[in-house]
Amino acid sequence: MLSFLPHIALPPTPALFAQLLIGLINGAFYAMLSLGLAVIFGMLNIINFTHGAQYMLGAFCAWLALNYLGIGYWPALILAPIVVAAAGMVLERLFLRHVYKLDHLYGLLLTFGLALIIEGLFRQYYGSSGQPYSIPDGLTGARNLGFMFLPNYRAWVIVASLAVCFGTWFLIERTRLGAYLRAATENPTLVQAFGINVPRMVTLTYGFGAGLAALAGVLAAPIYQVSPLMGSDIIVVVFAVVVIGGMGSIVGAVLSGFVLGLVEGLTKVFYPEASNTVIFVVMAVVLLVKPAGFFGRTA
Amino acid sequence: MPDAAVRQKELLRVQDLQGWYGESHVLHGMSFSVGEGEVVTLLGRNGVGKTTTLKAIQGILAQRRGSVAFEGRELIGLASNRIARLGVAYCPEERGIFASLNVEENLLLPPQVRPGGMSVEEIYTLFPNLAERRRSQGTKLSGGEQQMLAIGRILRTGARLLLLDEPTEGLAPVIVQQIGGVIRMLKRKGFTILLVEQNFRFAATVADRHYVVEHGQVIDEIANDRLDQNIGKLHEYLGV
Repeated sequence: MLSFLPHIALPPTPALFAQLLIGLINGAFYAMLSLGLAVIFGMLNIINFTHGAQYMLGAFCAWLALNYLGIGYWPALILAPIVVAAAGMVLERLFLRHVYKLDHLYGLLLTFGLALIIEGLFRQYYGSSGQPYSIPDGLTGARNLGFMFLPNYRAWVIVASLAVCFGTWFLIERTRLGAYLRAATENPTLVQAFGINVPRMVTLTYGFGAGLAALAGVLAAPIYQVSPLMGSDIIVVVFAVVVIGGMGSIVGAVLSGFVLGLVEGLTKVFYPEASNTVIFVVMAVVLLVKPAGFFGRTA
Repeated sequence: MPDAAVRQKELLRVQDLQGWYGESHVLHGMSFSVGEGEVVTLLGRNGVGKTTTLKAIQGILAQRRGSVAFEGRELIGLASNRIARLGVAYCPEERGIFASLNVEENLLLPPQVRPGGMSVEEIYTLFPNLAERRRSQGTKLSGGEQQMLAIGRILRTGARLLLLDEPTEGLAPVIVQQIGGVIRMLKRKGFTILLVEQNFRFAATVADRHYVVEHGQVIDEIANDRLDQNIGKLHEYLGV
């Protein structure tokens, strides 16, 4: 059937599903991270390069809480995002609010610098090798789906990620608070003149985005290792995902996150050499054909 | 019609209001007042500072000096959201309908700041077109419907002072008449309205008094019932 592609052999089914699962897991993290970036970009007009560091901080919060305070995975899942969100809001008040009126480039450079500082501090104290974080008791083991084994923790990550993405979409597109956010993205001056404290809303939005990154970090801790560099590894791919989905689009961020995770997984099956670059190839093509991304608004 | 001399209780008093856009000095000492329940217009040519005056009152114009007192309370140093919460609402010239919100979301956007605003149903009764299109994207409405939405959404808030910036601009005569009817109805309901207009023929059908603005200053005041005697002067001011 595929004789016209002689060099591509169909892989055995279990290997295919295993790679698709890895793709789906990666996609879950791409989706959560690009979602936070989209929310922050929409409201603050800032390309938040600190996002990777905030993801790493989430994982480290969980690791530190476990090793120094004896606080386990489930409380950490709540606490780490709160801590990182609070730190993010301090960052926003101290630094970011000064660059809103400038070109995107300044916000990008500022947040890039902050990310380097945060990651540098953690590398100084914890080295660049990863720290293990074990899977919580209730989620160890795997179930047999007939065609493959699905580790329980990975199933949980996919479900949690979908819930977070849907919850965020619902909050922004279907609630009164979300209407304030959408309106303030369009015309902050007028929304403020109606009696809404827009600067406070901006701070809370940044905190929310940072908290989302931290939540992804805690979810990631048992899968990838907890390392100061885990954020900078993933954030470059996530930026490509955001560009493909369309800057500032919630639906675009989530969909392209999952789809590109799967594309990456499939590439690993059919042409492993390209698996690390396929997302960037897609990005380059999208930039040429549809510069605003699949769901982006051309401003 | 009450004589200008025996006015109702003063709701808004603007004194020596100065305003800047960056380096450019736009308001050069605006002084006027609006009584409770009055409809007052600022008339003047393009670019004399009428819109800027509304923005300065609402706190949207950051660089402003002088005095704006609302119900005796000084507004000059307050952020626009605080001013809105005190009961001042603004309807911008460009209407400011949000594209990412549908008609009903646009209508519900400004928060209620005081009790006594109109209910959503009352607003839909007033503007039946909006009721029919409540699920449409805000910016898909016609110009006239967008203007109705822009006025309608500030009626819910309970604000007592409405700042309306050229609500009839670019609209068909039949819509202009309808908006005139709405403004007269709002006056009967006890709203106080400061209206910016270039079309004094329209202003004459709704207002109690007119202030003529030139170079960021009030240069004359004309009661609406003395408009006929002053028509020559007004033509000269407005260059029509």
